[in-house]
Amino acid sequence: MADTMQFDLVSPERSLASVPVREVRLPGNDGDLTAMPGHAPAIVTLRPGMVVLVGADGTTREFAVTGGFAEINADSISLLAERGHPREEITQEVFNDMMKDAQRVHRNATERREHVGEEVVTAAVKLMGDMQALGTHIGLDPNQSTVPD
Amino acid sequence: MPSLKDLKNRIGSVKNTRKITKAMQMVAAAKLRRAQEAAEAARPYADRMAAVMAGLTANAAGQSGAPRLLAGTGADQRHLLVVMTAERGLAGGFNSSIVKLARQHAERLRGQGKDVAILTVGKKGREQLKRDYGSLFVHHVDLSEVKRVGYDNARAITDEVLARFDAGDFDVATIFYNRFESVISQIPTAKQVIPAEVPEDAAPVNSLYEYEPGEEELLADLLPRSVATQVFAALLENAASEQGARMSAMDNATRNAGDMIDRLTTEYNRSRQAAITKELIEIISGAEAL
Repeated sequence: MADTMQFDLVSPERSLASVPVREVRLPGNDGDLTAMPGHAPAIVTLRPGMVVLVGADGTTREFAVTGGFAEINADSISLLAERGHPREEITQEVFNDMMKDAQRVHRNATERREHVGEEVVTAAVKLMGDMQALGTHIGLDPNQSTVPD
Repeated sequence: MPSLKDLKNRIGSVKNTRKITKAMQMVAAAKLRRAQEAAEAARPYADRMAAVMAGLTANAAGQSGAPRLLAGTGADQRHLLVVMTAERGLAGGFNSSIVKLARQHAERLRGQGKDVAILTVGKKGREQLKRDYGSLFVHHVDLSEVKRVGYDNARAITDEVLARFDAGDFDVATIFYNRFESVISQIPTAKQVIPAEVPEDAAPVNSLYEYEPGEEELLADLLPRSVATQVFAALLENAASEQGARMSAMDNATRNAGDMIDRLTTEYNRSRQAAITKELIEIISGAEAL
């Protein structure tokens, strides 16, 4: 069996990465998972978090992604994320922007609680929590972003 | 018969116009290339999203309890038309062709006794539709401040549409935009986004995949994103079409201005020659009279 698989990370606006990898660690909605060559085909939704690629030579690359899903096959992984940034590109400013999105979703959900149902509100609260955890993980302050009007 | 000076001014003014249209054409060409690159870059995401959705929707369609975004509300009474046009004119028939298609659509639906509501994106479409359909407007999205359409813009539009759908404001949503075929051809297109259309040739079972979370949750999560992706694709097509249409319109304008300058120059030269001849005749007849 081949010891690497093709990994593609695409956002709606551009393709962010297309490299061979030995393993990929994904922040799945139901818990983290690692995909290696020969993985059973699966489609997994992701929570906001860090995706870690381990390249053929053992070097790692990290990407922060929000809102997406991964299509895993035995020899390839396609990750479709609404937003994705290489870790080194994430500054406080970028993060604030990402945080703002989560806050907007959260506010919309809570304001229209009776319309959308408890489930959506719970999901929004979880989203906020995940975003904050992501910020802390990178070492950025999750409380700098102001709630948008 | 205009005087020589008038003609000269005319030529000068047409020359200036030609400079402007020529500049606009070149700017549009540069922007068109960028818009095409953006559309190209967005394709992998859209393609994969469509592929995954096709598998999922084929499975879920027809089952009871399918999400409303897929199965619809069960009615076909209230329609929302999302008319996406440009913020600027001088792009040939770009805006009018979209508006025309939307108008036909609206008339047909009203003829069938359906309710129509209109959401406009872009100033030009709004202006053109205002007189006849002003009372049907529910919302307007202004993109005049946006230099390059991004996914955020598409999501803002989608959120607006979905919020109305969740509130039960309409049953069917259709987007109107120009599909970019080539620089000289843009095809006004209507595409139904809610409820999602199930591609007919989709493989009904893609049980190869293990879904995590379950298939239904996944579908509920992906459907709004799929709508946003389609809106984004339409925005990009529109952006490319707008620049393409402007480019060919300005190319025509430049050529027309050139023709006009030629005609005016000929006329100017003729008048000048006529004036000289007249003066000569006057001089000669004056000399002969002596």
